[in-house]
Amino acid sequence: MQLRRDSRLNIHVQGWLLALPAVVLLATFTHIPAVVTVIDSFYSTPRGVRRSVFIGLDQYQAMLADPIFWKAFENNLLYALITVPLAIGIALGMALWVNRRIRGRTALRLAFFTPTILPMVAAANIWLFFYTNDYGLLNQIIRAFGFANVNWLGSNATALWSLMAVTIWKEAGFFMIFFLAALQQVPPDLYEAARMENAGAWTVFRRITWPLVMPTTLFVAINALINAFRIVDQVIAMTGGGPNNASTLLLFYIYQVAFSFWDSSYAAALSTVLLLLLGTIALAQFYLLDRKVHYR
Amino acid sequence: MTHSGKTRTILITAAAWLFGLLWALPVVYALWAAFHPSAYATHFDIAAPLTLDNFVHAWHAAPFPRYFANTILLVLGIMAAQFVICTLAAFGLARWKFFGSDILFGLVLVQLMVTPDVLILENYKTLQKLGLIDTLTGVGLPYVASAFGIFLLRQTFKSIPKELDDAARMEGASTLQTIWRVYLPLARPIYVAYGLVSVSYHWNNFLWPLIVTNSVETRPLTVGLQVFASVDQGIDWSVICAAALMTSGPLMIAFLIFQRAFIQSFLRAGIR
Repeated sequence: MQLRRDSRLNIHVQGWLLALPAVVLLATFTHIPAVVTVIDSFYSTPRGVRRSVFIGLDQYQAMLADPIFWKAFENNLLYALITVPLAIGIALGMALWVNRRIRGRTALRLAFFTPTILPMVAAANIWLFFYTNDYGLLNQIIRAFGFANVNWLGSNATALWSLMAVTIWKEAGFFMIFFLAALQQVPPDLYEAARMENAGAWTVFRRITWPLVMPTTLFVAINALINAFRIVDQVIAMTGGGPNNASTLLLFYIYQVAFSFWDSSYAAALSTVLLLLLGTIALAQFYLLDRKVHYR
Repeated sequence: MTHSGKTRTILITAAAWLFGLLWALPVVYALWAAFHPSAYATHFDIAAPLTLDNFVHAWHAAPFPRYFANTILLVLGIMAAQFVICTLAAFGLARWKFFGSDILFGLVLVQLMVTPDVLILENYKTLQKLGLIDTLTGVGLPYVASAFGIFLLRQTFKSIPKELDDAARMEGASTLQTIWRVYLPLARPIYVAYGLVSVSYHWNNFLWPLIVTNSVETRPLTVGLQVFASVDQGIDWSVICAAALMTSGPLMIAFLIFQRAFIQSFLRAGIR
């Protein structure tokens, strides 16, 4: 008896000892900073000799009156609403293509997946060239069809959309492999049966393929949504949020407020909003996803 | 195959190829510019001479050798530290129900959502207090205890039969020895998968190193490329494309060689 109690106590101690390095690091760089960020958002930014004082919800009131915040917020919502479904749709299409016995399948898979491996900064610089005003390939093509040059990254109307294209281009290939894996799990006899019944291609997709890749779609969608609210690399590398904040996003605005304007408390308030957004998505994930499928 | 079936196959193949071409276009365009003299960067001529000058120029125009060394050191360092720290935590969480282990696991999962770069300002202040600004340790440290790694390894360890564990204990092995002798060998494919995912993630990571580093001695490739493209360089697109391709080169080549392993790894790591 004595021995058993010892070893049970032992497990509690050993468990915590094993987890200790991870616990310390996670607390230092995730949990404590998250809490401090929320607290800081209720204080003013210390400037010079003026110390930080409690100001309640003032930062949040300022935020509600801040047109750049609203621009970043709207842009980010739009960014998520456009890029997530499009990237997923294209990814599914790619997976269906590559899953067939199609000629040149390896080359196709390579073409689809290559953007995923590129660092975003490298991809951004390649696309900067692609979008260049006078001799970028895109404008060369457009001119060949008799249209005028478009200043893709330099005009209010197109800057955000041009960034979205890069995101979709880079993410679709990544999502494709998840769909590819899901498609390979579909039992071949289901398709066999459908063929016996002379079902059309659309019916087969709607009745067999789509229901079977549904869990994958949800899983990918949630992850894509989380990523959409953390996008910043291409904004820094391609537009700097411009022109006139037309392509600013939440994390980019936080970065600007924190490291260009050095308004730490306002940055904290903005970060709190981002944390709330991510938390909401997390809760949605918890209730929407069948956790047994992916989080056994 | 029926006649209409054949037509359909041809149509689908054509559509797939068109789309593949479209997808490859930006990279092909960059490859063209990088491997030809600047004069040919934007007009196409099959007879244009091939050259490596743009790469040579980029290599000498900025301290890329140093950036490469920094990135390699960084990704390998992070990976090694992640392996050790995540393995220990994952083992405890997978095998024992200790006091508070469920809550602990829940708290670990929070980091899947709130990655260190969401809390840039607070984490920057923390690094300042630790005196780690502008160090490679500072760039890597927030990522070492990775929720993703702990989660992935915990799932893997859970699937290893408990009997193997017990057998090792009977022979008098300690916890650490059991992990080393029983769990590590059996989980090897998962470590390979996790390693590939970790290396490619940190090879590409940008915002956090951009904030933390401010000298050539610590800058990784992504930040170096950005500084090079925006400051050091006029608009010689051939050289910028060469630099962009160069920074992704090792990863791309590794991917081409180990294509299957890469894709398998992303799947293993993502889907469980």
